[in-house]
Amino acid sequence: MAGTWVFVEQKDGNIRKVTFEMLSELKKGGDEVSAVVFGKGVEGLAPELAKFGADKVYVADDAIFASYNTGAFVAQMAAMIKEFSPNALLFAHSFNGRDMASRLAQKLDAGLATDAVAADISAGKGIFTRSIYAGKALAKVEVTGSPVLATIRPGVWEVGSTAGAGAVVKAAVAATAGDVYQVEKSFAATVSARPDLAEAAVVVSGGRGCKGPDGIKLVEQLADLLGAAVGGSRASIDSGWLGHELQVGQTGKVVLPNLYVACGISGAIQHLAGMSSSKFIAAINTDTEAPIFNVSDFGVVSDLFKVIPILVSELKK
Amino acid sequence: MKVIVCVKQTFDTEAKIELKDGKISDAGINLIINPYDEVAVEGAIQLKEKGVATEIVVITAGSDKGMDAIRTALAMGADRGILVKQDTGADEYARAVALAAAIKAENPELVLAGHVAADDGSSQVPTRIAEILGFPHVNVITNIDIAGGKATCTTEADGGTAVIEVAIPAVVSSQVSWNEPRYPSMKGIMQAKKKPVATVDAVAVDNKIKIVEVSLPAAKTAGIKIEDDADVCATKLADWMKNTVKVEVK
Repeated sequence: MAGTWVFVEQKDGNIRKVTFEMLSELKKGGDEVSAVVFGKGVEGLAPELAKFGADKVYVADDAIFASYNTGAFVAQMAAMIKEFSPNALLFAHSFNGRDMASRLAQKLDAGLATDAVAADISAGKGIFTRSIYAGKALAKVEVTGSPVLATIRPGVWEVGSTAGAGAVVKAAVAATAGDVYQVEKSFAATVSARPDLAEAAVVVSGGRGCKGPDGIKLVEQLADLLGAAVGGSRASIDSGWLGHELQVGQTGKVVLPNLYVACGISGAIQHLAGMSSSKFIAAINTDTEAPIFNVSDFGVVSDLFKVIPILVSELKK
Repeated sequence: MKVIVCVKQTFDTEAKIELKDGKISDAGINLIINPYDEVAVEGAIQLKEKGVATEIVVITAGSDKGMDAIRTALAMGADRGILVKQDTGADEYARAVALAAAIKAENPELVLAGHVAADDGSSQVPTRIAEILGFPHVNVITNIDIAGGKATCTTEADGGTAVIEVAIPAVVSSQVSWNEPRYPSMKGIMQAKKKPVATVDAVAVDNKIKIVEVSLPAAKTAGIKIEDDADVCATKLADWMKNTVKVEVK
């Protein structure tokens, strides 16, 4: 049996942080930790993966893997699992991660724990804590059978500094053109200088209290000063002040930053589900009764239009 | 073109979760169609209004309670329903197997579903159904066009927006931002009562996931709250950010 594998999330050679988080966390255990990377010209990523704990780096290098497509990636992974028999395989709980893991799990007639926030993997057994009802409850589940499959929420684990040997294992390319069933006609990258909402260390969110684009501008100004991602409650999304991809809450994204700053957000259960696990929470709201204050570490009952400009100049001092 | 829409009945997203005997209690909880599935139902109805879809069949797996979700979808405009009777403890694997068997018997050209359920948040079932049926799939779509035996879908991918084309029959899962689901009209609600709903038993398979324990996260407690002039509030908040959180200022 070949330890635990981590599927590497990368685009154009840029590895997503969640990959390092998974490698680092697994490295704390005694089992062999391997990174598995598919792409075109990706062998050079091995040293970076080793730095965060990969003992081995399995590489499938071919033009067919140049950009993510479910069919070829699943066919390749299924062939490699058959050849190398890993005990467990972890994916990021991202668009690609859950897409690939779900299709692979069914192909293998296997169980899959998605959106796990904690894992206990040993001796081929995997027990995961899953966030359900958008974080309002936690379910501890055991994935029976082999290999154990799970997707891990970005941000729940720290990136460590224990390196692995990073021995490169070149895998035979098993995917063929016949496995590809999705054709990507175009891709428009989100143009933003801000970090990704799901991975940001600081998130500044605006709600109904922003009253419109002017309030959102203040939220953005504070976010940029803190190198933060911008988010919003359902009210500001439904009003069209922010795009849907920035919604934090049960029908949007669940975030886990070090600091969450809620500006003009009352704190409906829907929203709290998406952000109350943040390490530190600050809230600015004019309503002293707002439920957001029940989960905030530091709340100020005041008008965000007055507070944010002063806060920005104070932080700059 | 026959379209199947998979729906699941879930708790209202504003519901407060409580435990009873180690399980999540549904006492006094308002049940709704999973919001992501509701969008899929609306998407199917719009395809029918455009003349692309000819029949919309709504399907759910679970207990008799799922009949409410089917009736809501029928009242919105779906044509008929299928309730796959299954133990509510079925996992994603077992649900996908049960739904896929019933869908296969219908021989549809398009299968729609929400990309995730607001309750268990697993986002697996539509993709698993696609694998069982041997269909292509596209997840998290915000638009779809059907022409020439192909479905062209706009999806919310990692780091941007992708346009993905697949051959039909296909499974496509929806993002909530695709459309604004309609409210059933009084006429729709009356008509829904007369629309046929078939009941079938689920294919019996064992779960692949075992629930060990369900718990509630530790309640967050309220910290400092300041009610003062804006400049005092802002200064104290800045101090807290700098000294306690230790933020980096760009």
